[in-house]
Amino acid sequence: MTVELNLPVTVQDVRSFSEANGEPTWFAELRTAALDKAAGLDMPKPDRTNITKWDFMNFPTHTVVSEELTSLDALPEEARGLINLESQENLYIQRNNTPAFIKTSQELADKGVIFTDMLTAVREHGELVQKYFMTEAVKVDEHKLTALHAALVNGGVFVYVPKNVVIEQPLQVVFLNDNAEASLYNHVLVVAEANAAVTYVETYISTVEEAKGQANIISEVIVQDNAQVIYGAVDVLAKGYTTYVNRRARLARDAKVDWALGLMNDSDTISENITHLIGDGSHADTKTVVVGRGEQKLNFTTEVRHWGKNSNGHILKHGVMKDAAQSIFNGIGYIEHGATKADAQQESRVLMLSEKARGDANPILLIDEDDVTAGHAASVGRVDPLQLYYLMSRGISKAEAERLVIHGFLAPVVTQLPIEGVQKQLTEVIERKVR
Amino acid sequence: MSTLVIKDLHVEIDGKEILKGVNLTINTNEIHAIMGPNGTGKSTLASAIMGHPKYEVTSGTVELDGENVLEMEVDERAQAGLFLAMQYPSEIAGVTNADFLRSAINARREEGDEISLMKFIRELDKNMEFLEMHEDMAQRYLNEGFSGGEKKRNEILQLMMIKPTFAILDEIDSGLDIDALKVVSKGINAMRGEGFGCLMITHYQRLLNYITPDHVHVMMQGRVVKSGGEELAQRLEAEGYDWIKKELGIEEETEEQEA
Repeated sequence: MTVELNLPVTVQDVRSFSEANGEPTWFAELRTAALDKAAGLDMPKPDRTNITKWDFMNFPTHTVVSEELTSLDALPEEARGLINLESQENLYIQRNNTPAFIKTSQELADKGVIFTDMLTAVREHGELVQKYFMTEAVKVDEHKLTALHAALVNGGVFVYVPKNVVIEQPLQVVFLNDNAEASLYNHVLVVAEANAAVTYVETYISTVEEAKGQANIISEVIVQDNAQVIYGAVDVLAKGYTTYVNRRARLARDAKVDWALGLMNDSDTISENITHLIGDGSHADTKTVVVGRGEQKLNFTTEVRHWGKNSNGHILKHGVMKDAAQSIFNGIGYIEHGATKADAQQESRVLMLSEKARGDANPILLIDEDDVTAGHAASVGRVDPLQLYYLMSRGISKAEAERLVIHGFLAPVVTQLPIEGVQKQLTEVIERKVR
Repeated sequence: MSTLVIKDLHVEIDGKEILKGVNLTINTNEIHAIMGPNGTGKSTLASAIMGHPKYEVTSGTVELDGENVLEMEVDERAQAGLFLAMQYPSEIAGVTNADFLRSAINARREEGDEISLMKFIRELDKNMEFLEMHEDMAQRYLNEGFSGGEKKRNEILQLMMIKPTFAILDEIDSGLDIDALKVVSKGINAMRGEGFGCLMITHYQRLLNYITPDHVHVMMQGRVVKSGGEELAQRLEAEGYDWIKKELGIEEETEEQEA
């Protein structure tokens, strides 16, 4: 069949992968139907970045098999620093495509919380997964990459927090990439039922110099009435990947989501972070920081879409661009008709560290309702010479003064991350990237 | 003893000459006050000594114990012992006051000889208490959202932590209520002594009620036109500047505001 010509796998590949995983029929069928759709769907069209020449298709192999971790001591140092080995009670580590380590507390199990890798969840919690997997937040047939993702899912996490359950300690996930051949089709599904609360923190970390595969990652966050989700993420994927990462939330009445995203990939990256404020009184706080370097091409879209009355959306995006990195920061506050008393605010700032770097802040407000408040601030510029003068007048060298200003500029996400090791690692990555 | 010598200093901003030959010598263990009407170059003098990027020194010298200050980068001037309490301190988001101060102190020390965290915190606590600053000011971002009075106190806190040889205080008293003025003055008086010299720039004699200067200078039209002791400040307070203009035959005062 010619329709498969532009896809990296055949329907037989997908079927046999699904079979090898012992997946239920509905999921196997979802995969093959998605692959079928993928052939006919268009690519996404991120605003102001032309991706027609980007290669989102080719990879050396769909799945690599890595060794499991017998103990956390076997982790490479970069990953070990992320984890408080003594106190972290709920931890999942995925090594390339292999669930390599999982630890969950008795408390979570007693409360009926599910915290497991995605492919196990499909087998063991099929009914729950089927209800939410690409049905509410992200749809399979949005474009070629979502469909391809559904067909090729080969990792990720399922988090389910039952009604009224509040989890105090953050759930931690580490996606370790130490095989240059690996492709990451990770799917994260976080469901917080009514009045539940959970904090989820994931880190993508590559230890390979240059990757050869694809990263097509989707997170769906479902937040039911009056529930709260804090979602922290630090992405540090190696160059060589073509990265499409889509993190999306859907909020019911009085629900709340806080995003803290440190997007530090060295790969070309299309990142999309959309929050749908469906319920009245729902609230989204999205904070994103980014560092681009080298020849990277980057597109970051953050959107909060207001459907519910009195819904509240705040977008903060701070980016630092050096070398010849090119970046687009699309910030979209969208208020639908009927979302009276909604409040949409956003701030996008880009700091340029070199002449050749490019950064465009593109703030957009789309408002179909009269009785709302909205605002935006955007700026693109260099490090303020008066700030440097002030710091240097206290004896601090120019290099150190610049370092302080840049770290301060990116602090909104660093300080928001609820796990100290992850905070520290993000600070170190920033340090390394801006130097 | 250290000495800061300013000789025939000419300074331009955007091609316009503001300082037209300033001469001034300050020793440690001395407090000097510079007074004068608006727009006469007082703040320009302060900024030019510290190395503000917008001010261009066209001729003249500034020497600290014989070293040419004007050839130094801003941070080198600070390391050599100069400090400027700014009229409008920058706000720097994301950098806590405490982290900033520790960087400033460690910038003066050799690598491996950084101030210990405990010692730093002890000093910071002590000085903040002395300046009646709320303890959460240490963890707030540098000057961000500070009131005018908080910013001035924070400048004095930096002065006390960094302990420079020479401090220039650019209108440290402007916008302060009387209680804040007393606290700020207390901080400056605490620095007074053998190893410390100070140049205070002010519009108001009021500051000098709390900090007694050893020398008072009057600046007009980009020059120091008169110097004296404390009594000069009192006469200015009582009689204004007109008598000096008359005495020196200065026809008209410049109309522009200070940059």
